[in-house]
Amino acid sequence: MADATADGGLTGSHTDKRGRLLTSDGTPLRRALERANRRRKLTALALVAPLLAFILIFFAFPIAQMMWRSVDNPQVVNALPRTLDALQDWDGDALPPEPVFAALHADMVADLERPRREQAIGPLGIRLNYELSAARSAISRTTRDVANFEAPYSEAFTSAHRLWGDVELWRIIQREGRPLTLSYYVAALDREYDAQGNIVKRDENRRIYVSLFGRTLALSVAITAMTFLLGFPIAYYLSVLPMRYANLLMIAVLLPFWTSLLVRTSAWIVLLQQQGVINNTLVGIGLIDDAGRFSLIYNQTGTIIAMTHILLPFMVLPLYSVMRTIPPSYMRAAKSLGARPWTAFRRVYFPQTLPGIGAGGVLVFIISIGYYITPALVGGQTGRMISNEIARHIQQSLNWGLAAALGSMLLVGVLVLYWLYNRLVGADSLKFG
Amino acid sequence: MVAANTRDGFVVFDGVQKSYDGETLVVKDLNLSVGKGEFLTMLGPSGSGKTTCLMMLAGFETATHGEIMLDGRPINSVPPHKRGIGMVFQNYALFPHMTVGENLSFPLEVRGMGKSDREKKIMRALDMVQMGRFVNRRPAQLSGGQQQRIALARALVFEPELVLMDEPLGALDKQLREHMQFEITRLAHDLGITTVYVTHDQTEALTMSDNVAVFEDGRIQQLDPPDVLYEEPRNSFVAQFIGENNTLDGVIKEIRGETCVVKLDGGELIDAKPVNVSKVGERTRVSIRPERVEANKDRLDPGAHLIRAEVMEFIYMGDVFRTRLKVAGNENFIMKTRNAPDQVRHKPGDMIEIGWLPKDCRALDCPQ
Repeated sequence: MADATADGGLTGSHTDKRGRLLTSDGTPLRRALERANRRRKLTALALVAPLLAFILIFFAFPIAQMMWRSVDNPQVVNALPRTLDALQDWDGDALPPEPVFAALHADMVADLERPRREQAIGPLGIRLNYELSAARSAISRTTRDVANFEAPYSEAFTSAHRLWGDVELWRIIQREGRPLTLSYYVAALDREYDAQGNIVKRDENRRIYVSLFGRTLALSVAITAMTFLLGFPIAYYLSVLPMRYANLLMIAVLLPFWTSLLVRTSAWIVLLQQQGVINNTLVGIGLIDDAGRFSLIYNQTGTIIAMTHILLPFMVLPLYSVMRTIPPSYMRAAKSLGARPWTAFRRVYFPQTLPGIGAGGVLVFIISIGYYITPALVGGQTGRMISNEIARHIQQSLNWGLAAALGSMLLVGVLVLYWLYNRLVGADSLKFG
Repeated sequence: MVAANTRDGFVVFDGVQKSYDGETLVVKDLNLSVGKGEFLTMLGPSGSGKTTCLMMLAGFETATHGEIMLDGRPINSVPPHKRGIGMVFQNYALFPHMTVGENLSFPLEVRGMGKSDREKKIMRALDMVQMGRFVNRRPAQLSGGQQQRIALARALVFEPELVLMDEPLGALDKQLREHMQFEITRLAHDLGITTVYVTHDQTEALTMSDNVAVFEDGRIQQLDPPDVLYEEPRNSFVAQFIGENNTLDGVIKEIRGETCVVKLDGGELIDAKPVNVSKVGERTRVSIRPERVEANKDRLDPGAHLIRAEVMEFIYMGDVFRTRLKVAGNENFIMKTRNAPDQVRHKPGDMIEIGWLPKDCRALDCPQ
């Protein structure tokens, strides 16, 4: 027999004096629910904790470090505390007075007495050299003799190296005698300080970075557009094929992921160079003459071709995953309602692929804007991007402050673009797979 | 109302065949004529070719052979967007990135209609399905039934003369489905539209249609109004597919014009009406609707053969009683009787005698 037990019947729910719901044993319902959910929350947290820690240590922390390095400026303050003190009242028009040189002498002598690892004069030379070439050699030569200098120190210093008689050097010391600096950003924007301390544009032949940023943007846009033009039809075709064939074709699309970069690079060289397969074929069939061979590699064209190839899967995958979810009945419905195939595509199919286009576009654009290895291999001079310049400052010129400033600008640029995208399209609509 | 194999209907299939792989025919020699203003339902199990026929009519599939005519014009080579046929899809296919109003506006825009005309027509179509308040909603914000109404309104808004519906009510719950069945038929008749409706639900087919074409194995097995289809199935597939049906296998013993005597495999003799059997000695499967089985001898022909049955199960269903019987070896022989005051409630194990009017017992072909 069926038997119904419901304690209290219709009045079964208990409440306390303040009207809160209670469980049957009298604890508030809300607390009982929290207790029941706590374990689940802890488990979830434990599952994501390793990744969270990894991201903090190897992503968030280095980025913060980089951004700090782009403004960090300890060298002058560490090496020349007395000199900076004495320079406080200097107006910057003529050479500083004798007490400043005396202070400089005291600073350098004091530095020499410190253990070698703690000496601050070496980093000072490197730091000042970023602002004024030859500053490093001036400092290192002076350091050798400074113990023997005697008053008047101004003469002793200027005779040790002519640069000590240059007002420019003293202005730089005064300007950079602060723990934080903007000078890396000033340099990264192709600007410099003039004699009055104003920020002005550099000489035309010394401007590099702004145009390089511009070229990086232009190349990234071109690459994104190319991957879209090539990827859209492929993704569409994949989405309408039966699963079996689609998977086969997908392998072809993903092949760039699975091939060593060096193998691919040599393949591009074989194909694209002036005496390469493409040029030889074109000459062979008489389309171009021998003198008119195309330059397809070691320039912008090379960078665009190679990077389009590499980044194509990043466009195809999100597009494909979005397109696969669009039932064919939408196009049929549009046609049955009287739309020509092109109209049906433009007004019904295409708008529904926008989340995929957005995701693919953002992905390809952001990856290509910071891409380093391919432009370095096939970009030549004109196909270089900002990341190659950053790498040069990290590995060769060792100007990490400038590299950090360039990197931070790149990061901020990407964030601004992402923010714009979010404002215009909405990041919620992104579909990555 | 309908004469198959004629070319004077509004929609005509003339010897249409369809094959996808070049080896098997999905549609085998289809001849069908739909009159103007008629509500025709294509009914059949999945894979019977009914949807393929609809898709050929809409223009999304091409006929491998034969001719499809619309209003006297052959349309085999007319692309779908020029056919001017309204269509309601199984999943509604409402454009998710457009509002209800934009969805309805779409067919009018591609026809180059002006804004004020468009708005008038959209509102009229929405009012027709009582959805005028929802013009600014997106499809995702609507319930299944509401989406279904919008899909209907969109298929009707450009005033097509022919509307195709591909299992449009399949995703709705039972109550809503019955309500929409009624509304679709009402709209179709009020507007005088010719409708071709595809479904695998026989109740839907019976309640909505002027005519039902039963599809099986790429052929139309029977094309008749619902009552004829139910009461006079022409072969055992139709009898089995439409409604509930009792079958007994046997051999024709004697044919006397409108009646025949069938000797069942168990040895019993019963009276039946010969339908697609022609000669004595032929194997046959007789078909009797459960509600035409009679245990009350007063209602039977005096000379009718009676047959003994054992009651296996008695199910009380409220308005009717459902009695499962063992008849001539068939343990799933159902008798449905109305819950009348004088009705007997049998108990399992009872031995009773049952019979039927010979015209309700149809001797049909015996499938292998």
